[in-house]
Amino acid sequence: MTAADQRPQAAEPMLVLDEVNTFYGQIHALQGVNLTVAEGEIVTLIGANGAGKTTTLKTISGLLHPRRGTVRFEGADVSKTAAHTLVRRGIGHAPEGRRIFGRMSVLENLMMGAFTRDQPTIPPDLDRVMTLFPRLRERTHQLGGTLSGGEQQMLAIARALMSHPRLLLLDEPSLGLSPILVQQIFSIVREINEQGTTILLVEQNALQALSIAHRAYVLQTGRVVLTGPAREVMSDESVRKAYLGED
Amino acid sequence: MTATMEVRSAGSPSPRARLRAYAHGHRSATIVVSMVLITAAMIVLAQVPPLSLIQRQNAWFDAFANAGTFVLLAMGLNVVVGLAGLLDLGYAAFFAIGSYTYAYSNSPFSQTDLPFLPMLVVGAAVAAVFGIALGAPTLRLRGDYLAIMTLGFGEIVPIVFLNLDKWTEGTNGIGGIFRPEPLPVLGEFSALSPFPYYILMVGIVTVAMILLYRMQDSRIGRAWNAIREDELAAAANGINTVTTKLLAFAIGATTAGFAGVFNASKLTIVSPEQFLFAVSFSVLAMVILGGMGNIWGVAAGALLVYLIQVVLLKQLNGMVEGLGIPFLTEINFLDYQYLLFGVALVLMMLFRPEGLFPSQRRRRELHIADELAGPIDEPAVIGSLGAAPGADELGDTSGQDLRGHDR
Repeated sequence: MTAADQRPQAAEPMLVLDEVNTFYGQIHALQGVNLTVAEGEIVTLIGANGAGKTTTLKTISGLLHPRRGTVRFEGADVSKTAAHTLVRRGIGHAPEGRRIFGRMSVLENLMMGAFTRDQPTIPPDLDRVMTLFPRLRERTHQLGGTLSGGEQQMLAIARALMSHPRLLLLDEPSLGLSPILVQQIFSIVREINEQGTTILLVEQNALQALSIAHRAYVLQTGRVVLTGPAREVMSDESVRKAYLGED
Repeated sequence: MTATMEVRSAGSPSPRARLRAYAHGHRSATIVVSMVLITAAMIVLAQVPPLSLIQRQNAWFDAFANAGTFVLLAMGLNVVVGLAGLLDLGYAAFFAIGSYTYAYSNSPFSQTDLPFLPMLVVGAAVAAVFGIALGAPTLRLRGDYLAIMTLGFGEIVPIVFLNLDKWTEGTNGIGGIFRPEPLPVLGEFSALSPFPYYILMVGIVTVAMILLYRMQDSRIGRAWNAIREDELAAAANGINTVTTKLLAFAIGATTAGFAGVFNASKLTIVSPEQFLFAVSFSVLAMVILGGMGNIWGVAAGALLVYLIQVVLLKQLNGMVEGLGIPFLTEINFLDYQYLLFGVALVLMMLFRPEGLFPSQRRRRELHIADELAGPIDEPAVIGSLGAAPGADELGDTSGQDLRGHDR
């Protein structure tokens, strides 16, 4: 990646959250989150409902801004940077609940994903995401809202990829999908990572997420309570109890 | 459904489809040609029955020119409501600002007499500035809250013009506004010969329409569309939602500014009661009846509604009086125009919610179930994506084979 060469040779990982505190009005959603993602990694963020996973992603992608603490992306402080600017800077976000444009066709959705790109780069990108998700090629001209849940999720990920992110934020890609589709989505996520995109993955489906991730963070009421290589987190007793359904 | 699809794709394109494709590719030329044809047709129609029976030819030109003001207003509001999806209930405020701008530049009150055409641009620019000034602090609001804010703004502006009587002559308004200076070919602008106004109006509408279509088909148009659907997703896709919404507001205000300048130069008086909520409401109703999101549709809707409202209802009074039936002669049909509006809107929402002349997109949105059966015609993009072999065949069956597949 040419952009990678231009970056200062900092020892710092691609993404660094330093004591991030995010609020919804009075509600203190993130209470000093520290987190790093190095280039090339898949990092997963697991935790119960309301732990602050989605808030963390939104804070990174600029849809929310931290009240205290900093978010640094590729060495620069982006805590106050707007979401649309961060898309240009290389952060792609497939938000919670897919949020595809239901009344646009699949192709139009993908074109919206390429909003920040130059025209000539779009056709090869389209081809790339449609190779990753052959289903989308079959449904090019179908309205987004008429797709099945799994296809909508594929579209949401594909749309985020159209902006050429170096860091891709995925918010619960397995939500509401059948086990087979979950497998399929996760294997594609791994493929995207192998093609060179760094991934921060938020999941309720902890077992699946840990099985593809390099490292993991466990979030509880706005704080990181556990972190480490995915395999270690998976074997942690409290995690097994809380998230993997073991006694 | 399948049969009709095959007919459409298999046979050679019908003349109508070819015309449509041509019009799509040469939009500006199409608009100019259409407007010339419509203008000519209306000149002829005004001289032959049945229109000539209703009122004199000059009265028709006058009505057409006035209707043009509302056509402009409807096209401008369509950008805000129809394209960007922001409900603006105080749109008349920008109309007022455009009108007063011209009044200040061309009246005995201000003792200035500036040329019309430059003032047209200035009036629009001033309205745009107010559009941005209102938009900047309020566009963070969404849905109902934004609508209430704009409603408030729409109320405030006429009240300000009413109460600042030192500068606005209050309720009397600013009168004796100078008409535009004579233009070559068209000649003198006067109350007695409305024809030059009519032609001038057509010119303004044509230019506005070309610009609005260009904008709708551009990146900005796509951004408006995305924001209308899902603002958060739009932001996550790299769209600057604040400036994009602001731009919609500014473009809407600009168009209202054009309409205002023209209106002031034609009526030769501006006063606060010309810009009350009823105007904002009427324009919104025109946009909805015409077909939100479709520029030609809202223009036609505005023309139709204005002519019914102002010309036909007035004539109806005269006609009924001629009949001499005691009960009916006492009815003033003009009093019932908002009742008729209301009834028309209710019927519309029940039977044709997409409007009389809907945009392709709106129709799709409101009849999404029908679309489950097949792919959508999109000549512009289908061509660019040759890499979708067999998309059409697969598209047809998609509705069935996927339902419940993954849940």
